[in-house]
Amino acid sequence: MSKRILAVLLLTFAGLSASHAADEVVVYSARAEQLIKPMFDAFTKETGVPVKFITDKEGPLMERLKAEGKNTPADVLLTVDAGNLWQAANEGLLQPVQSAVLQKNIPAHLKDPNNQWFGLSVRARTIVYNTKALKPADLSTYEDLASPKWKGKLCLRTSKKVYNQSLVAMMIAEKGEAETEKIVRGWVANLATDVFPDDTKLMEAIAAGQCDVGIVNTYYYGRLLEKKPDLALALFWPNQQTTGVHVNVSGAGVVKHARNVKGSVQMLEWFSSEQGQKMFADLNLEYPANPAYKPDPLVANWVSFKQNLINVAKAGELQAAAVRLMDRARYK
Amino acid sequence: MQTITLDQPTKAPARSAFVSVVSRLLRDPWSLAALFFATLVLVPVLVVMSSFLHPVQEVWQHLFEHVLADLLWNTLWLVLGVGSGTLLLGVSLAWLTAVYEFPGRRLLSWALLLPMAIPAYVFAFVFIGLFDFTGPVQGWLREVFGSSAWFPRIRSTGGVILVMSLALYPYVYLLARNAFASQGKRALEAAQSLGHSRFRGFFNVALPMARPWIVGGLMLVLMETLADFGTVSVFNYDTFTTAIYKTWFGMFSLDAASQLASLLVIIVFALLVLEQLSRSRMRYTQAGRHQENNRITLCGWAAWGASLFAGLVLAIAFVIPLIQLLFWAVGVFEQDFDSRYFGFLHHTLLLAGIAAVLTAVGALLLAYAARRNPQGMTRHLVRIATIGYALPGTVLAVGIFVAVAWLDRNLLQLIRPLIEIEAGMLLQGSVVIMLVGYVVRFMAVGFSPVDSAMQRMPPSLDDVSRTLGVSNLTMLRRVHAPILRGGLVTALILVFVDVMKEMPITLMTRPFGWDTLAVRIFEMTSEGEWERAALPAVTLVLAGLIPIIFLSRHGNQNEK
Repeated sequence: MSKRILAVLLLTFAGLSASHAADEVVVYSARAEQLIKPMFDAFTKETGVPVKFITDKEGPLMERLKAEGKNTPADVLLTVDAGNLWQAANEGLLQPVQSAVLQKNIPAHLKDPNNQWFGLSVRARTIVYNTKALKPADLSTYEDLASPKWKGKLCLRTSKKVYNQSLVAMMIAEKGEAETEKIVRGWVANLATDVFPDDTKLMEAIAAGQCDVGIVNTYYYGRLLEKKPDLALALFWPNQQTTGVHVNVSGAGVVKHARNVKGSVQMLEWFSSEQGQKMFADLNLEYPANPAYKPDPLVANWVSFKQNLINVAKAGELQAAAVRLMDRARYK
Repeated sequence: MQTITLDQPTKAPARSAFVSVVSRLLRDPWSLAALFFATLVLVPVLVVMSSFLHPVQEVWQHLFEHVLADLLWNTLWLVLGVGSGTLLLGVSLAWLTAVYEFPGRRLLSWALLLPMAIPAYVFAFVFIGLFDFTGPVQGWLREVFGSSAWFPRIRSTGGVILVMSLALYPYVYLLARNAFASQGKRALEAAQSLGHSRFRGFFNVALPMARPWIVGGLMLVLMETLADFGTVSVFNYDTFTTAIYKTWFGMFSLDAASQLASLLVIIVFALLVLEQLSRSRMRYTQAGRHQENNRITLCGWAAWGASLFAGLVLAIAFVIPLIQLLFWAVGVFEQDFDSRYFGFLHHTLLLAGIAAVLTAVGALLLAYAARRNPQGMTRHLVRIATIGYALPGTVLAVGIFVAVAWLDRNLLQLIRPLIEIEAGMLLQGSVVIMLVGYVVRFMAVGFSPVDSAMQRMPPSLDDVSRTLGVSNLTMLRRVHAPILRGGLVTALILVFVDVMKEMPITLMTRPFGWDTLAVRIFEMTSEGEWERAALPAVTLVLAGLIPIIFLSRHGNQNEK
């Protein structure tokens, strides 16, 4: 029995010991498989460059890169949220990329100032409201949601989600900690019920009347409406007179010890091209990072909005401060 | 007859010299095995604990001021609640199905294990889906009565305790049933012959006699509860574990996170040692393997009450969640199902199978080592070897990965001059690292049932056998194996099912292309797509039924 197990082990071991074909690109991705596989397939078809990938959460992926060091098989790190990308660059896991194509295609506020990573799709974190309870005129800014008139009417997602950490981090960047903390405390005081584990559940609660208004990423709204088009929900673009809607990116960078740098850069460039941008954004109902291309018709229907132009890297720099601030304000 | 006897503490000559301890360890093959597994577990744990070399005062000060008090209370409530919940459910159901006869008992006795196949976080999202404000139950209440305000909030301390108790009681049930099935009725008879009522017979005799099994199961439940991240995050219930991940992912301080996790390990270790001390003077042995199978037949309302209770637990803990999952899965079947699922299933079963066998073998070696050296060093090594289960999975995964990456680097440096190899890694990127990870994480799950079974064999059994000229191997096969069989089978089922559900180690260490069903669940839930996660979840549950049904029906002869 034990001999047979040993044989099985050795066989699997020999068969699978990682080898890195010369021309393939290996991706570590925190973006879910169903959102990236079609893109990789299209990329391979177009360019002939084979792609291998593995998915996990950002934290473990970065620890993995660190532990593997020079031996890493990874070429590209693909992740969601600028906070994570900033952290990867900060830990020295990425390398700067000089590419005229990427410079041209990706706006300055959506990439690393040192070109270590590039935002490839834009996700807006905006206000969603119950159309039976509210009119757009009732709403104005994120900050306004802290005012006492929303007492018992606000729903929020947990502060453990990086999207909220980034939102608060960007507010700190604009207003400083003291004022931001006041706003966050206001939000917490207005909560209708415990914070939610995800955006979808939050929107369902708004639609069911448990609360009137909340803050969500637009693609969750898109996904929910595709399934249940009759829900009494609508998006509102806040802060249009002031700083603009909070946006974040999902993006990628080339790993410091990448073996196939050429192929990796080729991949990033392709993602910033028309076809790449379409797939990157449309597969998840996000906005293309490259302003030359239009989003999915469903997304385009939500009207265009003014986005916040502070470099999204700020979200990473101030993320830890944001987490501490939310702890202080007892935003769970 | 079963006996509980007080063990006369054996006086060993005081040997202070460390050298003699080590040399004795090295001479005994069982202790050597214990040393091997303890090292395997200890290395990743030490990697995690090495975080104390990097003090992160700023983070700790923040935690002390704003976070720690709340989450300690929360964690305490959760541990107390889930501990009592699983004890109540597990012990009562085990007692009923092992000692009494009532309508549906044969079916219920193995079906009550089935909730084990449903990962606890899946339970969580099913129950919240059903019973939260936006769910069908409250929706219906609002339609009919206009309000559902009186309905208890599911996303609450009570809710998370309820869900985790339902998900985890099978650990206690399975182990306690093992104990009761072999001794419960006789214990009761003995008590009754002394004039005790059934009620007192249960509490004064049967329950204390089953203690190692029950506590073994309870320890697994508590370690799982302390290390759980998936369930509490669906409930947004802040515990030690959620703070660990928040510190890591939100404040980017893996060091502080590891320090928090190390505290968790220390607490669990202290609990284990305390438990050990509190029963160190007791022996639980069974002389004879005489089995009798006639149960006490319940009649009238007692019989139907028993059926109703057990049936209700089964319905809430298994049938309802399964139906909800099936309902969701059918909805996304066309969109998501493809031939790759056979690959996921194949990987899941293969990994779980190999890991279960490896862990059970390891558990057996450890239990033997502990049996032969009940005092001192070996016993501690054995305890250490089971501590991996108390660490939150992702933290443990990093510990394992860092250790293996280090080993790889150094192995490569050794090998490179000898042979030309292109590969950057040896163990990383192979399934070996996964299997090591599973063994490290789930050794406690395998060890508990095997060790409890081992306690049934009086040490004198070996001496008698040896006097009769039986060789060591034959003794193992002919004398020990039949007694240990139930425990081993329990270990195999538990580890198999746990590995199937395992997520963090699988995610971090799997080779390219080795996606499993748990990985699929992760891909969907990480995007908040609970309904789409139902398809891999249902497949996982159904696949988990096969070993549970097969082994629970064929493994335990007492259950025939």
